[in-house]
Amino acid sequence: MKLNRRTFVGTGMAAAASLSAPSVHAAGHGKPRVVVIGGGAGGATAARYIAKDSDGAIDVTLVEPTRTYYTCFFSNLYLAGFRTLESIAHSYGTLAADYGINVVHDWAVGVDRDAQTVTLAGGDTLHYDRLVLSPGIDFVDGAVPGWDVTAQNAMPHAYKAGSQSELLKRQIESMPEGGLFAMIAPPNPYRCPPGPYERVSMVGHMLKDMNPTAKILILDPKPAFSKQGLFEEGWAKHYPGMIERIGPDFGGADVSVDPEAMTITVDGEVTNVDVCNVIPAMKAGRIVEIAGVNDGNWAPIEPSSMRSTIDANIYVLGDSTSAGDMPKSGFSANSQAKVAAMTIRGELTDSRVFPAKFSNTCWSLIGTDDGVKVGASYEATEEKIAKVDGFISQTGEDEELRRRTYEESIGWYEGIASDMFG
Amino acid sequence: MIKSPLVAGVTAIMIAGSATAQELGDAEEGAKAYRQCASCHQVGEGAKHRVGPHLNGIFGRRAGSMEDYTRYSKGLMREGVDGLFWDLRTLDAYIENPKALVSDTRMAFRGIKDAEERADVLAYLRQFSANPANIPEAAPTAMPSEVDLAPEVLAIAGDVDYGEYLSTECMTCHQADGDDEGVPSITGWPEEDFVVAMHAYKQKIRPHPVMQMFAGRLSDEEIAALAAYYGSL
Ligand SMILES: Cc1cc2nc3c(=O)[nH]c(=O)nc-3n(C[C@H](O)[C@H](O)[C@H](O)COP(=O)(O)OP(=O)(O)OC[C@H]3O[C@@H](n4cnc5c(N)ncnc54)[C@H](O)[C@@H]3O)c2cc1C
Repeated sequence: MKLNRRTFVGTGMAAAASLSAPSVHAAGHGKPRVVVIGGGAGGATAARYIAKDSDGAIDVTLVEPTRTYYTCFFSNLYLAGFRTLESIAHSYGTLAADYGINVVHDWAVGVDRDAQTVTLAGGDTLHYDRLVLSPGIDFVDGAVPGWDVTAQNAMPHAYKAGSQSELLKRQIESMPEGGLFAMIAPPNPYRCPPGPYERVSMVGHMLKDMNPTAKILILDPKPAFSKQGLFEEGWAKHYPGMIERIGPDFGGADVSVDPEAMTITVDGEVTNVDVCNVIPAMKAGRIVEIAGVNDGNWAPIEPSSMRSTIDANIYVLGDSTSAGDMPKSGFSANSQAKVAAMTIRGELTDSRVFPAKFSNTCWSLIGTDDGVKVGASYEATEEKIAKVDGFISQTGEDEELRRRTYEESIGWYEGIASDMFG
Repeated sequence: MIKSPLVAGVTAIMIAGSATAQELGDAEEGAKAYRQCASCHQVGEGAKHRVGPHLNGIFGRRAGSMEDYTRYSKGLMREGVDGLFWDLRTLDAYIENPKALVSDTRMAFRGIKDAEERADVLAYLRQFSANPANIPEAAPTAMPSEVDLAPEVLAIAGDVDYGEYLSTECMTCHQADGDDEGVPSITGWPEEDFVVAMHAYKQKIRPHPVMQMFAGRLSDEEIAALAAYYGSL
């Protein structure tokens, strides 16, 4: 349980004052200022490392609208009852109290790159010397015909964790006997490549016990997906006959939905569904576009530092970036954040800068004690973040190794959570 | 099943088809050297678990896998699950420096630094596993290279600042506060053990794929830097 109730403590005088009167935090106070937008895997890590390693020499402000961050990682496990919602909830109290980070709970709504300021929804303006953007993802409008965010209560995405995860869980629990759960899987690139398929596994786990005649239908625009062999082997073992996947050859890319009627249309054919999990195509969090540091849907970065190729004072992290060979994952965002934090600190305080090292590992749970993993290490080349070496769990592994892999993922979760939130 | 220690010809088994084939040592010398092990490990007919498990049949066995022995360290069992099997190469690395192979091993033994003495002990032990004549030699006794560390490599003075930066990559899984649920703790680990262990991953003697990947791309200097940093905590 990481829920910490000291959330507001460290937002301090400046934030409190700003509630009454919008002001530009005056220039001419001596310390260099870093503003971080987004308190997730990338942003929280970056803020914590810059504050920790600069020992107070850099003024760090973290802008994040929610007081409680629910990790998407392990939110699928929450669906199946392997985790509680509280166990994936984190507050910003320690970052504020122990690291001196100025945590501001508000939305960033504007970035003026010439003036080097960020405007908040509450009206406040923050000045920065360096700006870090790690706002995660937003959905591409019109990606699934018939669906937009106003339909997210009827057809949840649950691809930002929290109330959406709770809603999806409730809907699955109240499915009629023998009902149909449909998932509209996203096209590449998207957050957490194995995420939709881990979710299908966890939904299978739920239904196996409480609704064993129910079915799961995946509509997938991609011909192949992450860890496919491992998932398909696991589904045949744990949930035989329950899961069907329609790929692009059979209409998986030609899908529209009607959230009011609770129907989906696949290749012209209408089907009634009881639960419909729509995971639309994704793009960088909107603030990236507002700041104008995007190229199409994503933010281009310099591979050696995560600095925006469009504005030298801005760094972009995590899901919002096009990070070469690195997948969009919490592990990746956390890894990128440490490279950016080191570089920023070097620029602002002349501390030493070392060559970038990037890595990623994604664990997925297929059934009880049946964990698998895939990972790789990366290096910065001239043109991209390039994969150096990697590994993946094998089909046919023994149960003991799978259990150990699952236990390892629990250890990783504790590790990354304390690396983000202190 | 257990052969008497008198099996002839065991002293010089050459491993066919392996470029780095090595000889087992002298089993008789090994029997003498084994005395330092015997207070904890029985071996031979009627051997039982004592402080440590008996060592009959150790060649080819998964580490930490005898169900009736209850005192394995977490780390040894973990390595076993990850795929550590005892063969000449892994046993040699283990008895050279137990902690290099299994960080939290309960085997409180400083290790045998002399390579010939280790080869002798292993030749002696080898006789209490299935008859060398009727198991394929390649797997359990093939011995490519040990954790082969030139003294220069061990002597590199690590750059603590660089190590601190590199350690941020470890922190994603290995918690700084030493919590070891699911993932072992590496905080406060002796510098030399750290260096040897990382090279053992790099050379793929330690089995874990994530660690092999991380260690595989660290240079000698980077390993030294990490060890220096973790040693300084
Ligand atoms: C079901 C699922 C399972 C997953 N499993 C794993 C896993 O096992 N392992 C793994 O490594 N990854 C996993 N992921 C992926 C992981 O969650 C993301 O890749 C990671 O969170 C990305 O970090 P980020 O910093 O880019 O974005 P986020 O962590 O999403 O953080 C973005 C933050 O920015 C805030 N924000 C957005 N816009 C603004 C704004 N304008 N102003 C202020 N704040 C703003 C948001 O409120 C949010 O808190 C999973 C994802 C899903 C959906």
